[in-house]
Amino acid sequence: MSKKQNKLTPEQQKYQQFAKKREVKRPVIKNCIKAFLVGGTICTIGQAISTFYMYYFNFTEQTVGNPTVATLIFITMLLTGFGVYDHIAQFAGAGTAVPVTGFGNAVISASIEHRTEGFVLGVGGNMFKLAGSVILFGVFSAFIIALVKTILIQWGGL
Amino acid sequence: MVFLWAFLVGGLICVVGQIMFDVFKLTPGHTLSTLVVVGALLDGFGLYEPLIDFAGAGATVPITSFGNSLVHGAMEEAEKHGLIGVITGMFKVTSSGISAAIIFGMIGAILFKPKG
Repeated sequence: MSKKQNKLTPEQQKYQQFAKKREVKRPVIKNCIKAFLVGGTICTIGQAISTFYMYYFNFTEQTVGNPTVATLIFITMLLTGFGVYDHIAQFAGAGTAVPVTGFGNAVISASIEHRTEGFVLGVGGNMFKLAGSVILFGVFSAFIIALVKTILIQWGGL
Repeated sequence: MVFLWAFLVGGLICVVGQIMFDVFKLTPGHTLSTLVVVGALLDGFGLYEPLIDFAGAGATVPITSFGNSLVHGAMEEAEKHGLIGVITGMFKVTSSGISAAIIFGMIGAILFKPKG
């Protein structure tokens, strides 16, 4: 940050300070409470769906995550399509972004938004515009971790 | 009881995300990417599985579980096939999230018209 600031002219630095003073202070505590309540609620709904699948479809506690995630993304599709999700997200911040519904919303809203550009270049090309980074860093870090762990187990005798 | 823990643990993970938004001023993209990496790391140290046993959907619904299941699938295959399994098993466990997102994204694009 300081490196960046050194390059600025004095006027620019003055402006930066001026802008910083007038930046709207974010109500951190209030936002955290909202995120906690909404995020917790989404996870509780997820737990209810999990219980349903475990009870009626013979999933175990370890495998039930998969159908639960798929169901939540389906619900997200409906909410995103009818324009409800944006309102909830506005209110809850990270409460809707961090659960898997946020991932679903990023994919689905991007594909709905770019539909006017056609299905191949619009929907196909932009579907993972926002969610791509999550997949990239998830896969790459998982690759490194699994690689290191496998090497340790196989040759390190862990 | 598991409902209560799901609520509390899931809520807490969201609060961590909210703090990264507000205090560290990260974009949602940066926050989610970081959380995924954290989830992968936790599973690397074998800490995520106990959390799932404890909190159920409170641990599987947040995006951290995406990182966890990527590592999990990779490790599962790696035990059977050695190093190649790391690549072949990567999406084994987490396929539902990605395929659901793609399928419902396509259906959504067919059904709904963009607003605004």
